[in-house]
Amino acid sequence: MTTMTETKTTQVYRVYIKATPQAIWDAITKPEWTERYGFGGRVEYELRPGGSYRVPTTEAMKEAGAQMGISTPDVMVDGEVIEADPPRRLVQTWRMLMDRETEAEGFTRLTYEIEESSGGVSRLTLVHELEGAPKLAALTAGEREAEGAGGGWSWVLSDLKTLLETGESMPR
Amino acid sequence: MTDDDRVFRALADPTRRFLLDRLFERDGRTLTELESGLEMTRFGVMKHLRVLEDAGLVVTRRSGREKLHFLNPVPIRLIHDRWIDKYRERQVSALAELKSELEEETG
Repeated sequence: MTTMTETKTTQVYRVYIKATPQAIWDAITKPEWTERYGFGGRVEYELRPGGSYRVPTTEAMKEAGAQMGISTPDVMVDGEVIEADPPRRLVQTWRMLMDRETEAEGFTRLTYEIEESSGGVSRLTLVHELEGAPKLAALTAGEREAEGAGGGWSWVLSDLKTLLETGESMPR
Repeated sequence: MTDDDRVFRALADPTRRFLLDRLFERDGRTLTELESGLEMTRFGVMKHLRVLEDAGLVVTRRSGREKLHFLNPVPIRLIHDRWIDKYRERQVSALAELKSELEEETG
């Protein structure tokens, strides 16, 4: 598994969602939405170049961390907004502070692209540039799901699609 | 054809599964790289890649002059989350029921 993740430097995820680009944008950038899918953190975004990005650690994240035998920090993910063009494009840096190893790998670059498709469907593409961050790449690829670290971006986006299309989160 | 039909159809071919496996090993490959492991014309490989792209399993992005192919695992995850999980949960709850029934009988 290690040799595989070392070469994985950019990950691309795409999902079609029956929702407007604005609804998807809100679901990514507003805490009242982000707490309802994926890891359930309440994001704090300053949506301007140079603005800050933080996801404070939730109780559920602390419990999951305890199960994995790690003590979680107060902030789970941080970064900086590079470009914010609502509701089409969001570019930011992204650092996972879950444990010392991912923290040491530093900031990676994350891009969200939202495009209107046909029939009320929008296309969301997430590009995660993970050069020099093999530990994080394994995490975002969902390779540590069995340990309780979540199923990575596929899981997060699948959950996001379910929430926007049905109004409900997936059962945990 | 629904999105799921496209995914299953795309996965129902050994060449296409081979191409996905190669992208799983290392993502972001060019057509030339993907061609190298296959006894097939360039056109044939392109046709298979197009089926994978239509199913959403492969996403292409430009990087300078190159077109890179990336494995998109989300459609498989969607099938897993919405379809396979459903049956697995039923199995688990059936087993849990069986256990409580058996325990009641003996207890």
